[in-house]
Amino acid sequence: MISVSNLTKKFGNVIAVNNISFTVRKGEITGLLGPNGAGKTTTMRILTGFLAPTSGIVSVGNYRIDENPTEVKRIVGYLPESVPIYGDLTVYDYLMFVQKLRGISPNGRLKQTAELCGILDVMDKKVGELSKGYRQRVGLAHALIHDPEVLILDEPTSGLDPNQIVEIRNIIKEIGKKKTVILSTHILPEVEATCERVIIINKGEIVQDGLVGQLKTSFGNETVVKISVKGCTEQELASALSSLVGVREVRRGEGAPDLVSVEVRLFSNTEIRPEIFRICVEKGWVLYEMKRESFALENIFRELTMGGES
Amino acid sequence: MKDNAMNNILEIAKKELLVYFTTPIAYILFSAFLLCTGFYFFILSPFFFFRQAELREFFHALPAIFSIAIPAVTMRLFSEEKHSGSLEILMTLPVTHYEVIIGKFFAATAFSSIMLIPTLIYVITVMMVGSPDFGPIVGGYVGAVFLAATFSAIGIFASSMTKNQIIAFIIGVAICLTLTLIDYFLFFLPDKLVSFFQHLGVNYHFRNIARGIVDSRDIVYFLSVIALAIMGTERITSDRSRVL
Repeated sequence: MISVSNLTKKFGNVIAVNNISFTVRKGEITGLLGPNGAGKTTTMRILTGFLAPTSGIVSVGNYRIDENPTEVKRIVGYLPESVPIYGDLTVYDYLMFVQKLRGISPNGRLKQTAELCGILDVMDKKVGELSKGYRQRVGLAHALIHDPEVLILDEPTSGLDPNQIVEIRNIIKEIGKKKTVILSTHILPEVEATCERVIIINKGEIVQDGLVGQLKTSFGNETVVKISVKGCTEQELASALSSLVGVREVRRGEGAPDLVSVEVRLFSNTEIRPEIFRICVEKGWVLYEMKRESFALENIFRELTMGGES
Repeated sequence: MKDNAMNNILEIAKKELLVYFTTPIAYILFSAFLLCTGFYFFILSPFFFFRQAELREFFHALPAIFSIAIPAVTMRLFSEEKHSGSLEILMTLPVTHYEVIIGKFFAATAFSSIMLIPTLIYVITVMMVGSPDFGPIVGGYVGAVFLAATFSAIGIFASSMTKNQIIAFIIGVAICLTLTLIDYFLFFLPDKLVSFFQHLGVNYHFRNIARGIVDSRDIVYFLSVIALAIMGTERITSDRSRVL
């Protein structure tokens, strides 16, 4: 659906995007992941035809962006990063304007889209008076109003509260079943929660491209079990846990001040929680918390974008 | 495709007019414009002193007043979009640069022409006290619309150059006032150059139309300046190699 080959973008002497190539298939949700300033927004602006590449070929659908920008714009829905929407128009007037420029009949999908994005109750307010969360939803409605084949979302959940984030992610997942979605983010759990595929960008170059599941296995899954207990010292706890099979390291963890909290790092994906429980029962310690977490993607991200510093 | 382009132009023009009239911009500009023209018409013109039933003084002052009023109308058209980033939204919709520019140009011209409507009160005043010659009055208004269109195109060109509305306004005023005032500085020039520079300025052409004589050369002049400004704007806005 989207193919990018040898794309380079320079601003003066600064290379924002350096010779990147990737393809995105139809019906795939792809996350563009990278630290701030990695070139995510620039790449998206080129995909939407807003910026011209310095060199390289970009095509969306069956159209090349340099030859047929208007056709590409027709099939793409785009949510820019800061959602720069005309503040002086009401939400209704604004969406009507977009709908008309997109050549959709006046009583087309406006109401349906507004309902999907949860903005029906602010339709008569001016966009400039809305909160960040609502603006983001209006921006999403703007991107979805023509039922686009390709959806490009630049940090779609930034500035939203946790409930809204879950809502927006669900909307994106729903759309991603049938359409092609590219979203950029620097939030790792977002990629794990929404994307099937992830492209990690750093300093304008692609450092990793693959399915989220594959990436995890290929880099080795580091698992951590966080526990908080009462009734012993940290040393007692650490020595008891270190003797377990599969434990690589026991570190001091974060927790309530009257509890002893540690993080147990494991060599592989072994399950040691029943063992920990048994130890606590035997020694008469009170177990307050026990949580198993996988830090695969975060570690991969750090390793790839920090240049081996961590 | 043609239909589509026209539709897009009209939708953009409609949206810009909607913004003008839903914000205080329209009312502030209208008041200021009426205050200036009213001052010329009632205070400086021979209307009260000599009891002459004519609008000559009003039309005489119009190019200079428009030189300031119209850049104030157009300054936001591109600068605001660049400043807020909404140009990114607009230009990722399936519209061309020319459609956007011409849409905005239509809106500015329509707005400036609407600004002229309250001045019809001067015509009524003149009619109440005497029997004016309608030729120059009709000619004056036709010329005024051409003038409004020309300055709108120039103002949009100025607005496309910067994201700062104040700078856009100053550039617009500078270009419009230069074209207006060339006429007054002709006596500095050697005789051979006078005619050339006279034809370059808007005043000469506006005066011709305002006299009630519609000559194709004057109309060609206005249309050429409009075309030039619109093409210049297109060159600036379609330069996608720059960050805005």
